[in-house]
Amino acid sequence: MALLEVRDLSVVFRSRGHQRTGEQPVAAVDGVSFDVAPGQTVGLVGESGCGKSVTAMSIMGLLPKRGNQVTGSARFDGTELLSLSDRQMRDRRGRDLGMVFQDPLSSLNPVVPIGLQVTEVLERHQGTPRKQAAMEAAELLDKVGIPDPRRRLSEYPHQLSGGMRQRALIAIALACRPRLLIADEPTTALDVTIQAQILALLAELVRDTGTALIMITHDLGVVAGLCDEVNVLYAGRVVERAKRHDLFAAPRHPYTHGLLSSIPRLDSPRGERLVPIKGSVADNIPWQNGCAFAPRCPNAIDTCVEVTPEMAVDPLVSRRLLRCHNPVTATQREALT
Amino acid sequence: MTARTDKIDELAQRAAESDAGVSLAAAAWRRLRRNPVFLVGAGIVVLFVVLAILSPLLAAHDPADPMLGDQVVRARNEIPPPQPGHPLGGDQVGRDLLSRLLVGAQQTLLVGVLATLIGLAGGLVLGTLAGALSGWVDTVVMRAVDVMLSIPGLLLAVSIGALFAQPNQYTVILAVAIVQIPVFARLLRGSMLAQRHSDHVLAARALGVRQRAIVFRHMLPNSLGPVIVQATLVLAIAIIEAAGLSFLGLGNPDDRLPEWGQMLGQAQNVIDSHPQLAFWPAGCIIVVALGFTLVGESLREALDPKSRR
Amino acid sequence: MTGTLVEVDDLKVHFPIRRGVVLDRTIGYVYAVDGVDLAIRRGETYGLVGESGCGKSTLGRAMLKLTPPTAGRVVFDGIDLSTMRGERLRTMRRRMQMVFQDPMSSLDPRQSVESLLVEGMRAHGLDTGREATTKRLRSLLSSVGLPSTSLRRYPHEFSGGQRQRIGIARALTVEPELIVADEPVSALDVSVQAQVINLLEDLQREFGLTYLVIAHDLAVVRHICDRVGVMYLGGLVEETTSDQLYAEPLHPYTRALLSAVPVPDPVLEDRRERVLLTGDLPSPANPPSGCRFHTRCPWRQQQRCDTERPVLREIAPGHRAACHFAEDIRAGRIHPHEVRAELVEQGGEGMRVDDPLAGPASITEALGP
Repeated sequence: MALLEVRDLSVVFRSRGHQRTGEQPVAAVDGVSFDVAPGQTVGLVGESGCGKSVTAMSIMGLLPKRGNQVTGSARFDGTELLSLSDRQMRDRRGRDLGMVFQDPLSSLNPVVPIGLQVTEVLERHQGTPRKQAAMEAAELLDKVGIPDPRRRLSEYPHQLSGGMRQRALIAIALACRPRLLIADEPTTALDVTIQAQILALLAELVRDTGTALIMITHDLGVVAGLCDEVNVLYAGRVVERAKRHDLFAAPRHPYTHGLLSSIPRLDSPRGERLVPIKGSVADNIPWQNGCAFAPRCPNAIDTCVEVTPEMAVDPLVSRRLLRCHNPVTATQREALT
Repeated sequence: MTARTDKIDELAQRAAESDAGVSLAAAAWRRLRRNPVFLVGAGIVVLFVVLAILSPLLAAHDPADPMLGDQVVRARNEIPPPQPGHPLGGDQVGRDLLSRLLVGAQQTLLVGVLATLIGLAGGLVLGTLAGALSGWVDTVVMRAVDVMLSIPGLLLAVSIGALFAQPNQYTVILAVAIVQIPVFARLLRGSMLAQRHSDHVLAARALGVRQRAIVFRHMLPNSLGPVIVQATLVLAIAIIEAAGLSFLGLGNPDDRLPEWGQMLGQAQNVIDSHPQLAFWPAGCIIVVALGFTLVGESLREALDPKSRR
Repeated sequence: MTGTLVEVDDLKVHFPIRRGVVLDRTIGYVYAVDGVDLAIRRGETYGLVGESGCGKSTLGRAMLKLTPPTAGRVVFDGIDLSTMRGERLRTMRRRMQMVFQDPMSSLDPRQSVESLLVEGMRAHGLDTGREATTKRLRSLLSSVGLPSTSLRRYPHEFSGGQRQRIGIARALTVEPELIVADEPVSALDVSVQAQVINLLEDLQREFGLTYLVIAHDLAVVRHICDRVGVMYLGGLVEETTSDQLYAEPLHPYTRALLSAVPVPDPVLEDRRERVLLTGDLPSPANPPSGCRFHTRCPWRQQQRCDTERPVLREIAPGHRAACHFAEDIRAGRIHPHEVRAELVEQGGEGMRVDDPLAGPASITEALGP
């Protein structure tokens, strides 16, 4: 039984005055569906502009109502999140749903001490008395690996380093033991050694508390180490979904495959030439005209620009969903490695 | 295979044609043209500018001629009411009010534009010096600017205006202009400094481009945006300040050449009985200032890199 | 083609921390680069890796004299740059160019691609005639993979990857020998990074360039660099060939860094042993005594580490490391232990570097970690 069921989620940005200027409204998310089970870590992977962050924001109800049209459904434990009022949603956030953002400095209130920002959540959602909340806050900071937590409670965000701020943010998100944590590029702004610490912390939290985690990232390496199931997004749609080991062992969508063969990796022999994906996102065609990735795709066939591919079970590998007319075959992969 | 490549090529072609070589200024103009705020502001400004330029032709009467003087009765505090040929009536000495307003538009706009231009020129020189040379030049210039900014604008203008033994139109322009110099200088220096730290200036330095070329080709043009916006806003302020000086009697004493501020100043003696004499010039000042402010605000929006899409 | 192109000798860049309302007083220094020796051979690609705040960008800029060094020498092709100023330095700049991280901010938004590219040529008298220049620009554009119609366009009309190509073409206009590339791909989308990396490699072959690549991404550095220097808090801690570094890292910091890089292979990820560092990078305004890394080092020993600063010394042929116990760690005679995180004070000093051109290379360097 899934904790979160996202079905056909679409977000359309309507720029101010688009009618006057005749601009087409932009679909940032274009029919995304996925499930998250308790204790499961699900990855949403893609490049900037693929709609991964917007998906998270719309689930959390953080998109401004004006100018955005959110359709589809996101059921959390049987409750439809998209139809909740602002007030009900606020109540859910922090209690059932936690979120960690990319930039910890701008998501912490700069003029409020860290401690207060944690206790605030406890007091608001759990009605914890102030004294006890302070103790719990110190425990939380300790749990996320902030040294000398009692002293840190009275400090302000700018007095902490980037890594410590991210830990503090995780502590706030975890304060009420949410059942679902959404981490939106939580380590992108951090250095590798700090990133390793934060990822280890997240993995530990999922293991210990049974929280479900949605991990949003552009870094396939992060996904490989952390996620149980991976959704690869391209131009607002999921193009491939598979278990972590299956996906990396045999990527089937040409985009996934292209990403994996275009990044330099520490574990491959040096001196090998990278195989980039040609063009850029600007070359995409609208999904209505076929496959958005077709202009950049080495595997594209005529059908790709005529028929929009649907998400379907991979005929070759079960346990995998794929949106592609002409997936990458084992022989093609061999030829590259 | 062919169908696919053709279709992709066609789509690429269409994308390429849509915008070839649009400079920043051109892109800003495109945004501006669609902005209703700008259109209203620009409409007001253009209307008044046209009226000002054509005022010698439009004014039906000589603004200095007290042709309705016979209707002025000092003892009973009567002034000429609106009548055929004189839709707004006459002023306290019997001159045609509409003609005075029209000719006044020319004087007022002239004062505003000249004062702003002089202030802008002074600010550009000082700001460029401070921003480009930095070091002690910067310190000296900016301290001087700080001192000037610490005095309220109108007060400073009044003090400068009072320095001249015989106030006239040009002393007003000068006084208002001097007040605007530090505003522009400070603004320009600030954005020049930001440019100085920018990567593209560093890139030019790394290329071995001469310092002079860096300042005039890269730093200055990229710093001008906020200054131009400020200039339109200052125009509104300059008109109000010039009117203020005239109102306080530091303007042109020769009231044969009307100016809105001066008209307003003279109207205060009879404001209880004849508020319309103050209403018309005041209303004109407000509407023109609003026009320039709207233009300035929409310019700011259009030039803001964040609003670029 | 062989021989040393650039030699850096005990280079130091210290940014003064100033305080004061009217008169600025110097109350301390940010030790951004603190005694670095390295040599880059002609035709090779030298990589500088390290985390933010380690001084790698500042070192790169100091080598080009875009940031004045506090002490030490930079010798370019036998010519000492340290004493060089004014017009001589300006003409010298033709031979050493830079490619920036953010292709948007490093291109003047008001200039068309053509005027961006012509500028450097004009500054060095390479703009010999309208026709010759246009021809050259067209061939350069095709070298970096841009259509020749790009000349009349403006930077904001290009995608990130294409802008970076423009930035690279601009550096090439003056026919440089050395190109310092400061995080050339980190601002680009993953699918585009490979294009730019391949381009850099092709251009090196085509024009016989020498590269200094500064990056935080070890996988990228390993891929394109022949030799790599690892920086920590203003100093080089290890330097060797790319293969050697990944095969056998000698410095504890390099080990931690390498083990922290995520690899897109779940099988490997599950098996990997991680050297997790605790705590944060100490402030470069107040670096630890002795070995800069001793506060976070899992191999730290009781003696020497906190008192004596280790020098970069050759441990294996062509493999230098700055660690007192490199041999012992290599032979497995000492083992890593638990490290308790130490508090690192943030922003208490309020570092404000006013002098713009002597300023830090990045915000992170001005503010510490």
